[in-house]
Amino acid sequence: MMIIERGDLWEAIIGLALLLILLVLGIAVARLRSLFAIVMLSGLYSLVSAVWFVAADAVDVAFTEAAVGAGISTALMLGAMLLTARTAKPEKTFARVAPFLVVLITGAVLTYATIDLPAFGDPFSPANTGVGAEYLDRHYPEMGFPNVVTSILASYRGFDTLGEVLVVFTAGLSVALLLGFGERSLAAMMNRERGDSHEP
Amino acid sequence: MNPDHHVILRVVAKLLIPLIVIYAFYVHFHGEYSPGGGFQAGVIFAVAVILYGLIFGITSALKLVPAVFARGLAAVGVLLYAGVGVWALFGGGQYLEYNALFQEPEGGHAAQHTGIILIELGVLFGVAGSMLTIFYAFAGRAAEIDDEDW
Repeated sequence: MMIIERGDLWEAIIGLALLLILLVLGIAVARLRSLFAIVMLSGLYSLVSAVWFVAADAVDVAFTEAAVGAGISTALMLGAMLLTARTAKPEKTFARVAPFLVVLITGAVLTYATIDLPAFGDPFSPANTGVGAEYLDRHYPEMGFPNVVTSILASYRGFDTLGEVLVVFTAGLSVALLLGFGERSLAAMMNRERGDSHEP
Repeated sequence: MNPDHHVILRVVAKLLIPLIVIYAFYVHFHGEYSPGGGFQAGVIFAVAVILYGLIFGITSALKLVPAVFARGLAAVGVLLYAGVGVWALFGGGQYLEYNALFQEPEGGHAAQHTGIILIELGVLFGVAGSMLTIFYAFAGRAAEIDDEDW
C-alpha cells in the first residue's frame, strides 16, 4: 500500500472541500431565478475557484481568476443585468433536461479523459520535461528577474500576449459597436439631470 | 436620489478606491517579482473606475474618465505593444525581439526589461481601456440602479 504523507492528505481534503463548494454553488446558480443572486453567486464561484488555484500552486492563474472572474465580470454582469428583467422566466421541461444531459455527458467524457493525464505535479510529465524545463533553466540568466511566468508571457511568448491584448481590444470594440458607445443616451441623461429641456 | 442614501457605501468606496488604484499599479510594476502583471493591473484599475461609477453614478464616472479617453487608451495600448515590435525590427532584430531594442554590453538585461515594461504598459492600457469601454457601453443604456436592486 502506498504511504500517504500528512501534508498530501490535507491538500487533498482542502481540494475536495473547495470542489464541493464549487458544486454547491453551481447547483445554486442553475436553480435560482433571481438574476442578481445569480450574478453574485457566479462571482463567488470565481473567487472559490481562485482559492482552489492557489491550493494547486498556480498563483498567477488564481490572481487572474480573482481579478477577472470575481471582479470585473461581476461588475459587467451587473451592468448587463440592469438592462433586462430581474428574474429569469421558468423554462419548459425539455429546456431544463437537455442542458443537464449535455453537461452530464461532457463531464463523463472529461472524467474519462483524466485517466490518461499524468499525475498532478509529476516531474516526468511532458509539460515539465520539455519546453517547461527549458524555460526554467534559461529564463533567469537571460532575463534577470525571478518571476518565470512574466518572462514567458511577456518575452518568450510575446506574440501570444499581443494576440490576447488584440482579443480584449476586439471584444471592447465589438461591444461598443453593438450597443453603441453609450454616449448619446448618457448625454440625454446628463441634460435631463441639469434640467435642460431642449434636447436634440 | 437622496444624497445621504447610501452613505456607508459611499464612505467605504471613497476609502477603498484609492487603495485599489495603488494596488493596481503595485501589481503592474511588481509583476517581474510576484504574481500579476499588466493584464491583472488593467483589470483592477478598470474595476476601481467601475466601482466609482456604480456607487456615485455613471455620469460622475464619465466626468472622471471620459468614454473617449477609455477608447483612446485601449487603442494606444495595442499600438504601444505593436510599436515595441516594430522598434525591435528597426533595431535589426525580429518582431518583439527585445534584445534588439538597443545595444548593450554582453550579459545585460536592460533591453529585455525595457521591452517587457513597455509591452506590459501596452497590456495595462489596452485591457483597462477595453474593459471601461465595455462597461460604458452597458451602463450608458441603463438608468441609475434602483434602490430595491441594491
